[in-house]
Amino acid sequence: MRARTVEICVGAFMLAGLLGIVFLAVQVSGVNSVQSDARYQIVARFDDVAGLRVRGKVSMAGVTIGRIRDIAVDMEWGTAIVTMDIYGEPGNLTTDTSAKILTEGILGARYISLMPGAEEEYLQNGDEVTDTQGALVLENLIGEFLTNLGGS
Amino acid sequence: MGVLLRRLGARGLNILATLGRATALWLSAMRWLPRLNEIPLLIHQIYNVGYLSLIIIILSAFSIGAVLALQFYTQLARFGAQEAVGVGLALVLLRELGPVVTALLFAGRAGSALTAEIGLMKTTEQLSSMEMMGVDPLRRVVAPRIWAGIISVPILTAVFNSVAILGGVVVAVNWLGADAGGFWAGMQDVVEWWQDLGKGMLKSVVFAVLVTWVAVFQGYDSKPTAEGMAMSTTRTVVISSVLILASDFLLTLVMYGEF
Repeated sequence: MRARTVEICVGAFMLAGLLGIVFLAVQVSGVNSVQSDARYQIVARFDDVAGLRVRGKVSMAGVTIGRIRDIAVDMEWGTAIVTMDIYGEPGNLTTDTSAKILTEGILGARYISLMPGAEEEYLQNGDEVTDTQGALVLENLIGEFLTNLGGS
Repeated sequence: MGVLLRRLGARGLNILATLGRATALWLSAMRWLPRLNEIPLLIHQIYNVGYLSLIIIILSAFSIGAVLALQFYTQLARFGAQEAVGVGLALVLLRELGPVVTALLFAGRAGSALTAEIGLMKTTEQLSSMEMMGVDPLRRVVAPRIWAGIISVPILTAVFNSVAILGGVVVAVNWLGADAGGFWAGMQDVVEWWQDLGKGMLKSVVFAVLVTWVAVFQGYDSKPTAEGMAMSTTRTVVISSVLILASDFLLTLVMYGEF
């Protein structure tokens, strides 16, 4: 085999690998839809975050506008503190924004849904969302239902 | 009792000595990056272990992608979730099957050839004559082969993953009629650039190091007889396959495990 042919074959081989990587990155993992690097953090306290995961979605009106960065617990108050990365510069969420934990479909992943308010002022980096509604836990619901049933 | 104990001890020492020799061989071969005038050697080895493995990788990838899509589809269709085929296919391939199957095929196709080649060089005393001429066989023979493996296996893995996903598309979308939009969108939504693709590629690099290491050492360490070479070639495939699967479990545990 002449050296030239070998080199051409190896070049084609490398090109195939490169095309494979590009295909996997763009078509399979959808890298082109990466949001701009700018992001800031907001915090929210929930009474229950059962099923919520770090890196989960933060959405508004069904559109992903951020990711969950960290989930911690405040032992003193028995609440969960969720830190979220919001894409973009501060100034796109009002201070009376409310946060709800919802589920995608019946068996889907838990995510946080933000609902804008009417205030004129905006949340800054590190600010806290005060109006929150935690995750619905099935056992608690059934428990309440049974108590109500017994009471009536 | 004493005899048994002694045999066990001798066995253990033997294994340790082999491991030590293998490590010494690898370290002294990988001491330098390839020099500029050694690039043609490297290219020739990439041709041998990479380019020539392409056909088996593409054929296997297409079949595996098609079979996975078929199985996923028949199960998921019962819940009306045909579009989730794309997600399942991409995650299984990128995280596990792609790197592992590529490395197993590479061990069978290229690893055994490496062992046989180096073993024959040793048997016919080409390696000794190189040393006589003042050429370091580790640099001239062993190092280019290891580098070629480390370069080729990730490329082969990328090709494997792409072809397998295309095979899955042919079966799930073109043949069985899953919705193409939902198939791709679901995939792009769930698959993460580093978490799935990057870590899978990292796995394939580790497998490449393991397979080429075993192959080259078995060739270098083979008994200079026909029988010894046959044994070394078999051992290359067996040991590297077991190593790939065992290290895959450990890597998955470290990369994706939640402790």
